Amino acid sequence: MWQSCGPETIKIEREADIVTARQVGRNMSRQLGFGTIMQSRIATSISELARNIYLYAGSGTITIAPIVRNGVLGLQLTAIDAGPGIPDIRKAMEDGYSTSGALGAGLPGVRRMMDEFEIHSSPGEGTRVVVVKWNGPIEEGV
Amino acid sequence: MVTRSLEEEYVKLLRDYLNGPGEDQLYFAQQMGKWLLAHDVSPEELTDMHGRALEKLGEVPEFVRASFSILTEVMIEYGNEHRSVHSWRSRHQQMEAELTVAQAMQKRLLPNQLPDYPGLEIGVVSIAAKQISGDYYDFICQDRERFCLTVADITGNGISAAMCMSMLKYAIDSLREMPLGPDEMLRHLNRIVGRNIDPSMFVTMLYGSYDTHQHCFRYAVAGHEPGFLYRAAEGVFYDLAGQGSVLGLCPNSEYEVQEVRLEAGDILILLTDGVTECKKNRYYLQRDELVLQMQAELGVHAQKMANALYNRLLALSQFELLDDYTMIVLRRT
Repeated sequence: MWQSCGPETIKIEREADIVTARQVGRNMSRQLGFGTIMQSRIATSISELARNIYLYAGSGTITIAPIVRNGVLGLQLTAIDAGPGIPDIRKAMEDGYSTSGALGAGLPGVRRMMDEFEIHSSPGEGTRVVVVKWNGPIEEGV
Repeated sequence: MVTRSLEEEYVKLLRDYLNGPGEDQLYFAQQMGKWLLAHDVSPEELTDMHGRALEKLGEVPEFVRASFSILTEVMIEYGNEHRSVHSWRSRHQQMEAELTVAQAMQKRLLPNQLPDYPGLEIGVVSIAAKQISGDYYDFICQDRERFCLTVADITGNGISAAMCMSMLKYAIDSLREMPLGPDEMLRHLNRIVGRNIDPSMFVTMLYGSYDTHQHCFRYAVAGHEPGFLYRAAEGVFYDLAGQGSVLGLCPNSEYEVQEVRLEAGDILILLTDGVTECKKNRYYLQRDELVLQMQAELGVHAQKMANALYNRLLALSQFELLDDYTMIVLRRT
């Protein structure tokens, strides 16, 4: 069933777009066989990434895609914007910053919920975050 | 992780409770909560497990089932907070370890032994209010008859004070090679401090040289809490004279040399403001009250007097030390 899933890119410009992205992510993670908790965690991660775009960059995209590596199936989220960028990524990745409400807030939580986390950001050049959550080996008939 | 056996146990607990609610099951549930926390089961996993357990116990109405989606979603935020505890804890441990190292280093900045000259007793009590002290004192032997004495209070405490303190110590250490009077020493230190510490910080200091042959103490003061001179012949405590701008405030401050001569039985008491900032009920201790306390501890060895005064003042302030406390007692025998 997962073979029927293709990558989907959602433009984030309004708060309603965050909800759309969550919905797409939840549906796709269900199709990939993630349990209910993981579906919610993936939706939450999408929320955090999309909110950073909506609140600080104004606009950007979230791409949600199935990913297979070494026979293991997972879900990949890619958040891209051309906003102000995060001046101090190390600071943004520290716990406690997430409650500050500033740009980058919520990233430490996303990193912990996901298996892989990659961020590129510099002032004036926008931000790109790629995260992956692995589910398990590809099984026939899933 | 929620395991199958945990889940079975949870279903059983829930079933027992629903069949006949009792405090014992609630007690068991509370204990289970501790176990779940210790095994890192997140709030959202527990919520989910509860939903599944309900399904095993009977027909779950659709609205109850659906309500779990809301609960789970909310719980994820609690879960994020829960997951961050580990990193907070390791950061806390790291900071504690760094602080312990700083504390050990700071101890090395203070003298490990007091000078010993005939005819003069020296007593010191210096206690940090927290782990790192902002009070500094030092004795440096100049020759067989004279030694230098420093008492300083660095504003603020913690790591910044400790770093400033090491700078002060090394500045004094290198300047003492030159034949500087106390006023010149403070003038040099004032410039060093002004150039090297944050403008929001400053240092108060008393620096002097004691001649144990003449029993003459020559000193200068930079905004420091004045000490006391006890004249044994009169049985009276006097405030030590001396004023001067705190170190680090303005680059061209000048300082004045003061001189006192001790007769047999006379006592010099030098201190930091932690001594006078001991609180009695809700009021700071007044200097005349402090004198009363000192009068009650006369006639003993300088160290014994310093110890006794510390104990008295600590008791007065209900064993709460608000600021770093340093008292130096010099008594001519």
